Amino acid sequence: MTGINWFKYAAPQTFFHLSGKWIPVLGWIAFFLAIAGLYIGFFIAPTDFQQGEAYRIIFIHVPAAWMSMVIYLAMAFWAAIGLVFNTRLSAMMALALAPTGALFTALALITGSFWGKPTWGTWWVWDARLTSELILLFLYVGFIALHASIDNPQRADRAAAIIAIVGALNVPIIYFSVQWWNTLHQGASINVASAPKMAVTMLIGMLVMTLASWAYSVAVALFRVRCIILERERHAAWVNDLKEVKS
Amino acid sequence: MQWNSFADFLSMGGYAVYVWSSFGLTILALIWEVAALRLRKSKAIKQIKQADAWAKRRVER
Amino acid sequence: MMAIFFAVLQRDLRLAWRKPAEAATGVMFFIIVASLFPLAVNPDPVVLRGFAPGVLWVSVLLACLLSLPRVFALDYVDGALEQIMIAPQPLSLIVLAKVAAHWLTATLPIVLLSPLLGMLYGLDSHGLIVLAGSLLLGTPTLSLLGGIGAALTLGARGGGVLLSVLVLPLYIPVLIFGAGAVVASQAGLGVQAHFSLLGACFLLSFVLAPWAIAAALKIVME
Repeated sequence: MTGINWFKYAAPQTFFHLSGKWIPVLGWIAFFLAIAGLYIGFFIAPTDFQQGEAYRIIFIHVPAAWMSMVIYLAMAFWAAIGLVFNTRLSAMMALALAPTGALFTALALITGSFWGKPTWGTWWVWDARLTSELILLFLYVGFIALHASIDNPQRADRAAAIIAIVGALNVPIIYFSVQWWNTLHQGASINVASAPKMAVTMLIGMLVMTLASWAYSVAVALFRVRCIILERERHAAWVNDLKEVKS
Repeated sequence: MQWNSFADFLSMGGYAVYVWSSFGLTILALIWEVAALRLRKSKAIKQIKQADAWAKRRVER
Repeated sequence: MMAIFFAVLQRDLRLAWRKPAEAATGVMFFIIVASLFPLAVNPDPVVLRGFAPGVLWVSVLLACLLSLPRVFALDYVDGALEQIMIAPQPLSLIVLAKVAAHWLTATLPIVLLSPLLGMLYGLDSHGLIVLAGSLLLGTPTLSLLGGIGAALTLGARGGGVLLSVLVLPLYIPVLIFGAGAVVASQAGLGVQAHFSLLGACFLLSFVLAPWAIAAALKIVME
């Protein structure tokens, strides 16, 4: 027994104060990492000999696509924890992650089509990855819509948790089926997987941008959890004693 | 350095429209998200203040 | 243990038998949707045969989706669902019986009718058999997954559209494997892989979905 009471951090009040300290730190980390990543991406990484300068979209596209998947898994994880241990904060985490995840999914799709137009000549191809990403957006929308249409917050949390878990279990199956469907219709599409060999600086730029996206996502999700706490616990005494409210 | 001049940098080897719209849109979206969240927080705090003031008035009566 | 399963199944089947118009409406919906495509796209036999598998599968999917609210809505409105919830028998078993009854009354008629529509689209006899077989194996999965959505949207606002948004993405693998089977048979390829995958989807949803539906009902009804 370590003696650390982990559930202490699951209390909205403790979390509210703790996250208030972390958000600015994470925000600045995200900002400086993004500056560094953009510098590497635009000034150090060489021009791609096949795609020219258009490839530089990957410095935003690939991190967005990665985040869209990671955030969905994180959302389902927190939803499941909230369902099993009945901790209010976990469900709030899941709810707070969803809009950011949906935003990254939409950005991955849009930047993907901005990349696709000059490199493949079309805005959209029914490639396995693009199609999976589109379906992921549908899953996010379902989670958000279900939560929004149930008035009781606790019931909405638990109902949305079920659909998040079912969705997370389905993601590998959907991904496999789409991949399979894609190989059967190979003639009709372009294989995105055969990306050109990447220079090391390109990879580093992508990684730095991904880290920036991580920091940004965590900061924004924590901020959104604070908003949700303020909205839901507005009748609690400790909320009325906050310095933000007193001032 | 990859670029001979600032104009060269802006033109992105002829792909300016695609590259700059991707990055511009992303930055706009992230700024919008942060701004919307700040607004949401100040709204929530305003609501709490109003409810607080209302409760105090009732006590004074 | 199994007695409760058959009791609920029998009850739901009898209830559906007394209102045959509801099942008939679903079948009519399927026929109408499937006959819209030749009007909208092209009545040329070669073209029709090309997209018959996809169009027929999507039509079945939509017909299935539209009938989903009926799995629990009636019992929810008249209070029978609350009685079911406090029964000592495992809820997942009762839920499975309700989904099975729904599949038998709402979806099976459509599946049985699908070869007829397939003929209108010019599928050959082998294609018709594969179409009916893939639907027979695939639609139970649709009913099981749909049951989760139907339970979750019971108390929610905007039921029908919300249900579609929740459930349709989950239907995609079944649609791919099912329609893919018919496409493969048209191309003269084997359909064993498709049917194995459809079967795997069914087994997985058969094991997990009743549990998820029961959990969803408990959340919505508490």
